[in-house]
Parts: sequence; C-alpha cells; structure tokens
Amino acid sequence: MRARPRLADGTGPVLVVLLVLLVALAFAGPAYAEPSGYLALLKRAAPLVVLAVGQYFVIASGGFDLSVGSLVTAEVVVAARLVDGDDANTWWVIASLLGCGLLVGLVNGLITTKLLVPSFIVTLGMLLVLDGAVFLWSGGAPRGALSPSFRVLGRGSADVGVLGQVPWSVVVLLVVVVAAAWFMRSGTGRMLLAVGDNENVVRLAGGRVDRLRLLAFVLSALLASVAAILLAGFAGVSAQVGEGLEFRAITAVVLGGVLLGGGRGSVVAAAAGALSLEALFSLLNLLGVSGALESAVQGVIIIAAVAYAAHGAGLRRMLRRPVPHPA
Amino acid sequence: MSAVSERVRRRGEALVRTRTSVITPVLVVYLALAVLLVAGSVLVGVQGGVLLDHGGILNILTRGTVLGLVAIGQTLVIVTGSLDLSVAYLIGLCSLVASETMAGSPGMIVPGVLAALGVAAVVGLVNGLVITVLKANAFIATLGVALVLRGYLEHNYTGPAGSVPRAFQHIGYDRIGPVPVAALLMLLLAAAAWWYLRRTRTGYHMYAVGGDVEVARLSGVRTGRTIVTAHVLCAVMAGLAGVFLAGRLGSGAPYVGADAGYDLESIAAVVLGGTALAGGRGGVAGTIGGVLILSTLDTIFDDLGLESFFKDVVRGVVLIAAVALYARSRTAGRSA
Repeated sequence: MRARPRLADGTGPVLVVLLVLLVALAFAGPAYAEPSGYLALLKRAAPLVVLAVGQYFVIASGGFDLSVGSLVTAEVVVAARLVDGDDANTWWVIASLLGCGLLVGLVNGLITTKLLVPSFIVTLGMLLVLDGAVFLWSGGAPRGALSPSFRVLGRGSADVGVLGQVPWSVVVLLVVVVAAAWFMRSGTGRMLLAVGDNENVVRLAGGRVDRLRLLAFVLSALLASVAAILLAGFAGVSAQVGEGLEFRAITAVVLGGVLLGGGRGSVVAAAAGALSLEALFSLLNLLGVSGALESAVQGVIIIAAVAYAAHGAGLRRMLRRPVPHPA
Repeated sequence: MSAVSERVRRRGEALVRTRTSVITPVLVVYLALAVLLVAGSVLVGVQGGVLLDHGGILNILTRGTVLGLVAIGQTLVIVTGSLDLSVAYLIGLCSLVASETMAGSPGMIVPGVLAALGVAAVVGLVNGLVITVLKANAFIATLGVALVLRGYLEHNYTGPAGSVPRAFQHIGYDRIGPVPVAALLMLLLAAAAWWYLRRTRTGYHMYAVGGDVEVARLSGVRTGRTIVTAHVLCAVMAGLAGVFLAGRLGSGAPYVGADAGYDLESIAAVVLGGTALAGGRGGVAGTIGGVLILSTLDTIFDDLGLESFFKDVVRGVVLIAAVALYARSRTAGRSA
C-alpha cells in the first residue's frame, strides 16, 4: 500500500476561498501582477498565520487561548526595553522572549489542567495580568528601541538563488506551517485532536490528556512569541501592536473550518484561513473599502463560515440533487 | 434512550445536591466581599484614609452600576449555556442612539430611551437567531456581531456625538445620601432578574437549556426560543447601561463600552459570582457579589493611590483563583 498525500477533512472550502481571493487580487491591483506582490502579502500575513497555527493547537484540543494578543504586546514592549537599540543584546533577548512564552504557556496549561479552570477564564485572567504587568513595568508608554539585527526577522530578506529576495518572515512562516502539519500527522498530533473530540475516550485508551492539553497551550504561547518577534520587526514598537490579535487568530482558525470545542479541522486549513483573512483585507483595501469597515467584514465572514460549517453538508446535498429529466 | 435517561437522572441529582449543599458559591462570594471590605478598610486606614466613608460608598456603587447592568444580562445568557461578546460595542451604540435621538430636547427623553432599547433588542435578536437558526457557536456568533457593530461605529463616528438634555443627566448623578439612584435601579433590576430566573417558567427553562440542551429539548422545552429570549434580555440590559452612560457623560460615546472592556469584564464578574461558564448553574445574586468585589477592588486601589495597571494584575489573579476554588469544591462534592 502506498501512502498518498491527501488533504485533511475540511481543508477544501478554505483553499477554494483563498484561491478565489488571490486571483481577485491579481485583477484588482497591479502590484499583484508579479510574484513580489504575493511575497509581500505572505510577509504581511506571517505573524497572523503563526498565531493561527498556535491557536489551532489549543482549539483543536478543545480550549481557547485569549491571552496571545496581550502576550504579543507584552513581548514587543519588553523586547524594546531590553534590547535598547544595541545589537549585542539581540540574541539573548530573543531567547528570553521565547522563554517568557514558554512560561506563560506552562502557566495557562497547568492552571487549566490541574486546577480545572475553563481555559476561557484562565487565558482571560492571563490577558488581564499581562496587560497590567506590561504597563506597570513600562509606565504606560513603551521605552527603548529595537536593534537593526532584531528587526531583520520581521522585515529583512534572504537571498535565495532563483526566487530572488525571500523575506525571512516567509521562511519562518513556511517552517512553522510545515512543522505543524508534520506534527499533526504524528501520533501525538492525532492524540491532541482526539482530546478535543472526546477527552474521556483518550483517557480510557491510556492517553495522557493533561499532558497533551498542556502541550497545546505551550505551543500556542511559543508561537505567539515568534509572532511577536516578527511583528516587532515588521511594524515596530507600540503598546497597541497585539490588540485584538487573539480574536483575529480565532477568526482565522474558524475560517479554516476548525470546530470550536475541538476534535476537527486541519492545521493547514487554519493557516490558509489566516492567509485568506489577510488577503481579503488587502483586497478590500485595493477596492477602496474604508479600513473602518474591516472589522465589520471580519464579523460577517466568521458568522458565515460557522454557519456554512453547520449547514454545509445539507447545502451540498441540495446542490447535488439530480435535476429531474423530462420524460 | 437509556443514555439520555441516565443524563436526566444525573441532572436531577445535581439539582438536589446544589439544594442541599450549605456552602454555596453565593455565600463564598459575599464572604469574600466582606473580607475584602474589612481588609481594604484596614489597609486604607493604615494610610490615614477611610474606605467606607460617604465618597467611598458612592465610588463603589457608581462603578458597580454599569458593570452590574451588563453583568445581570450576561448572567442570563451564561446560565442558558451561551455568552455575549457583543455587549461592549452595543453599549457604545446605544449611548449614541439615545443621545442623538434626544438631541438636547427634554421632550425626546422617552423616545430616545425607547429607541436605544429597541436597537439593543434587535441586536440581541440577531445574536439569538444566528446562534439558534444558523447554528453558530455562541462565541463566534456574538464575536461576529461585535465586529460588525465595531465596523459600523468606526465607519460613522470619530468621537462623541449627540447631546443629552440636562433633565436626563439627573439619572447619572442624583443620589439619596451616599447611594446613587441609578445603583438602586440597578439593584431593583437585579432583583427582577433573580425573580425571573427562579420563579418563572422561562427562567427555569434557561437553567434546563444551560444544563443540557438535548435533555431540555426532549423534556419539551422550546430551547431555541429560550436562547433567543436570554440574548434579547441581555442586549436590553447592555442598552440600559449605554443609556445610563449617555446620561452620565452628557453625550453618546462610541467606544465607552469597548474601552472599559465590558464584554470580558462582565463575563469575569458573572464567573466570579459562581455561575458556571458552561451554563446551568449560578444566578444573579452571586453576580452582584462579583460586581461589588470588582468595584471595591478598584476603589481600594484608588484610595491606596496604587497604579491603575496593578488593578488588572490583581483582577486576573482573583478571577483565576476564584474559579479554581469553585472547580475544587465541585469536584470535592462529587467524590463525597
């Protein structure tokens, strides 16, 4: 028997949506006539895609992570203060940011699994703590500056022979998505999805439910740290950089057909959802729709995506119903 | 069938157990509030102030009024097993609708209030219908509606708009002794909501739906109608909060609800009050306790002159600790 590469369930619709959006972009703006336009889109989308992949792990295992937005803000502000414009500080600051992410993920996961607090509440509490802590520490306005070498990941490019200049953030994005897809095909990844579907069955089958859910929160927080590093490089330092990102990441995951409550959906679809969202915003921008309406569009889309997920099977059956032939 | 009857039996046992248990979350909340008041009085007293003087009581109750209104509504939806993330932007929208309809003329007060509550009811209806008819998860449905409202506000408003006649501003500032009239109205509405949840058929249905939708449906409860009702009532309460804020500020402000984070804050207050986020358990009495704890914390921090950001940290820790405590006592009860 030969293993055939196959799309996971539910990846189809979002890929179609993504393709339509990308083609529409090509018609809407001259910038998208050549690959560089799409590379710029990927670069812009990289932080959100990375966040969506992290959020996917938590949602697939049956939880929520509302703390990622404020984690991003906290890490960007902390990074600016610690780096303080000095290139010598870049690497240990990046390492300690990832360490902070690990710690936040561990706390989220341990409180959820050991103290049996719903993840919605735990990560909401973490959101408040992080928001408060970062402002307490920075005194309300971010200080310091990032070093040029810190910002390379977010806005620099690497020379890749044939393709020309490929932004580092696109490289990071590809590595994250491929690694996540590979992970979800491994035994642990499948088990994680099973926890979201039916935790008791996994427990009875000998799976370590608590450890798996802990892993999901740690991965989410670590990827949020990666997103923070990319965003800091791309957009610079501000105290609003992570605002609303948690809901945007959840939107992206849901758009990818991942069921809230867990147990269904693929990580590639979640990443495609994030990319679609970003492509859609670019398209609206090109079509001259005011930025203020962005969130309204986002709102309509997620409701439509979830309604489609709930009713999709029925709709497809209706469309496929054979047309009665005249006798 | 047997699986369902097993679930029915277990729900029944759970109900009996909550009745017989002496240490209810509500009791815990008010004990915590009392401890907080004593500890706060001591702390403030050490610094030479008085926590519960005229101004302190006024401060606690004023802060609690808006959050209380929103949290009462949020309690209804959370008990029903749903939640509402759209309240924050709805508050801003309703404050604008009220103040723009009034446009400074005292004759338009009643139409203004009615228009704001009407808009709120429609938004609640949309929330409820998206959840029940489109079968969208409540989190996503109300998040989507919240984003739509936000887009509308961002597109149409840049700052405060409309104006409220002087006569209406009384609702924001009048008080009897140290007690604001609006806080009394809020408590009156809390009592009404308590009566509604505990003494009416629809109220009981809300607990049933929140406990287990399938069991409720099989028992003959119109689950869809119950969920929609809860959402409409929640939205109307948020609308009242918006109207009250318009009265206090003198005009409508698009982001007055979102800036204060009333969406997550009200959920926090409800959960702090011992209502289970999964639905089916809890009530308004605990919620009011949760609201008072949060507003007392705020007042204590103000009196101590601590950085306001410190509040967020403490608030987050208190929230997690409280829910962990409830989860613990519930599992202890199960094993006993």
